Amino acid sequence: MSAAPDISPATARASARTSRLSRERIRSAWLFLAPMLIVLAGVALYPLYRTIWFSFTDASLDLLGEARFIGWRNYLEYVDYGNGDGEWFGLLADSRWWRSVWNTVWFAIVSVSLETLFGLVIALVLHKKFPGRVWVQAAVLIPWAIPTIVSARMWAWMLHDQFGIVNDMLQRIGLIDAPVAWTASPETAMIAVIMVDVWKTTPFMALLILAGLQMVPRDMYEAARLDGVPPFRLFRRVTLPLIMPALLVAIVFRALDALRVFDIVYVMTPNTDATRTMSVYARENLFDFDRFAYGSAASTLLFFIIALITIGFIYATRMNLEGDER
Amino acid sequence: MKRHLQFMTALAGATLLAGTAIAAELNIVHGSVGRDQEILRAQLDKFEAETGHTVTIVSMPESTTDQFAQYKLWLAAQSSDIDVYRLDVIWAPQIETHFIDLMPHVEDIIGDFVPGAVESQMVGDKLVALPMFLGAPALYYRSDLLEKHGKAVPETWQEMTETARAIMEAERAEGNADMWGFVFQGAAYEGLTCNAQEWIVSFGGGRIVENDGSIGINNPQAAEALTMAASWVGDIAPDGVLNYKEEDARGVFQSGNAVFMRNWNYAYALGNGDDSPIKGNFGVRTLPTGGEGKPSAHTLGGWHLGVSKYSENQEEAIELVRFLNNYENQKERAIVTSRPPTLTAVYEDAEVAAEQEFIPLWKPVVDGALPRPSAATKRQYNEVSSEFWTAVHDTMSGNGTAEENLAKLEARLKRLKGAGW
Repeated sequence: MSAAPDISPATARASARTSRLSRERIRSAWLFLAPMLIVLAGVALYPLYRTIWFSFTDASLDLLGEARFIGWRNYLEYVDYGNGDGEWFGLLADSRWWRSVWNTVWFAIVSVSLETLFGLVIALVLHKKFPGRVWVQAAVLIPWAIPTIVSARMWAWMLHDQFGIVNDMLQRIGLIDAPVAWTASPETAMIAVIMVDVWKTTPFMALLILAGLQMVPRDMYEAARLDGVPPFRLFRRVTLPLIMPALLVAIVFRALDALRVFDIVYVMTPNTDATRTMSVYARENLFDFDRFAYGSAASTLLFFIIALITIGFIYATRMNLEGDER
Repeated sequence: MKRHLQFMTALAGATLLAGTAIAAELNIVHGSVGRDQEILRAQLDKFEAETGHTVTIVSMPESTTDQFAQYKLWLAAQSSDIDVYRLDVIWAPQIETHFIDLMPHVEDIIGDFVPGAVESQMVGDKLVALPMFLGAPALYYRSDLLEKHGKAVPETWQEMTETARAIMEAERAEGNADMWGFVFQGAAYEGLTCNAQEWIVSFGGGRIVENDGSIGINNPQAAEALTMAASWVGDIAPDGVLNYKEEDARGVFQSGNAVFMRNWNYAYALGNGDDSPIKGNFGVRTLPTGGEGKPSAHTLGGWHLGVSKYSENQEEAIELVRFLNNYENQKERAIVTSRPPTLTAVYEDAEVAAEQEFIPLWKPVVDGALPRPSAATKRQYNEVSSEFWTAVHDTMSGNGTAEENLAKLEARLKRLKGAGW
């Protein structure tokens, strides 16, 4: 390696040394990252790859080893009847699948919006100092601490049309005349599921937003108070912009969670078109029906749909994921 | 010294292994309804005392649809955790590859079993499970209420609807606001398939899929049956019936809030339990017919014991299956749970007849019970059933008429069938 004419031998030596140093640092960085990457590849990438592979085969749960590649047939296939007529088959042509997608997206939009709103209100209240605040904070968290399967079962009983306490209370205060079959009728089933999810997950939102609130410097409020800014304006112009990053991260977390919702629906209203979500649809085909490959195709699409929505959301809100100051 | 001890232990272990009397640890899985769990534990305790093996019960949810998914996962993973599975009557053709052929192990006793029950568990020449108990539903009616309002036990579905409505309205007028006419299993699951098959067959609408695999479900009689069922919801049956399984329906009937109920045989023993508010005030009869000169239909149910191919204790598991299905235990189960037994002789047992009159009374019903099309549709049965219950559930929740949903069902079934089942 001959030194370039405009570089003195001393600087060349120095840059060679730093680059060797940085090479070494990069190497040790990889070394430290390797265990995590290997574990990730084992528990996340490989199953994902398998699922995607199975979605292009004719696999059945009993005969996974004998799966044959069949191309895109699980996704879309045109079956020609031979008489000039024909029909589209496959996941992309399955109205029940698209109903599930719509159910899931609708569930995610409504539940996450309500949870954000209620979470914000609760967080603002908890951010104020009042006697017994610690106890209230702990109490608010209880719904979130109960395992979903337990709370869903509990609510299913509370919403029962004959023995349920919810109907009883609503009847006593005269809001309804006859018991409502919350989980049974298609009009109210989704409402019931969303209600339980909001009940359960609002504390989580409140907690994340509260953490964001506590990051807002006190002197901002002091200054605003001295200037006599009315409370609502203060919230709009000072609090909200400052907690926005935390709020957006919380919303992405919740949206990811809501888009793969399974347990609440499965426990409360398992097999109806009115509430079937993408995960429920995939599970049904994977295990209940003898259509493992078709279920894998549904899981694959579920993965891509969630990925797309998340990327879209991050892009639309111009969220700063690098963690540095903007 | 220490090495010596180790050697001795190993030797002792080897001698034990060579001998026959090793105590095995077995696991049996079932989905309990009513008093199933209680009686199974009691009988397993006897088995443990007799043989020295230990048996653990793994309990599953009440819904057969939920159980199936879990079993299929275990079996596909070739798990050796479960030795004996209690299998629904419809499952044999779908999961037979995971179970051993019991025929060589029960040849000496198989002749004593109800032939129809054994046949339902045969796939080719292989006996997938040994029949444990059967099911053929009944129409439960409140004899005290019928008498009070001067009504006869209904013969047809139409009569039942009228009687139910009349008594329900009269009772409500007397201040019994929670009274309903009829409860059944209307949730979107396998139980609805059983209920709806009965309505349709009793109206002359034929099977979901005929034995030869042909599909003729889209016909006026079937539509008439479903239209009738849809008219019940919100009228004589609560709206919530669309999410009722067996135990929900029993909850309403047994707390005295329904005139009629369609349910399996187990509800009889529980309704006559000491803590039951309707004890002695209800009776059973065969399900109503679809009208004058039409038949009545009862879906064949039942649960049977199969031994997993992946079990490490197959010998002991077979022993357990034989034990649970012997005369003594079947008789005890028949008396305690009022589930129809699978041994022909138990139906004629005088003690059973005295304790549980329901059992001998139900022999002809069990013999004539209608299987679901699991044999004809083979591995696709679950999907067929799901399509069927979806069509029925949609009709009952007002999501399209019976005609529309049946036409859709027919198209979907034809597509599923493709070139053949």
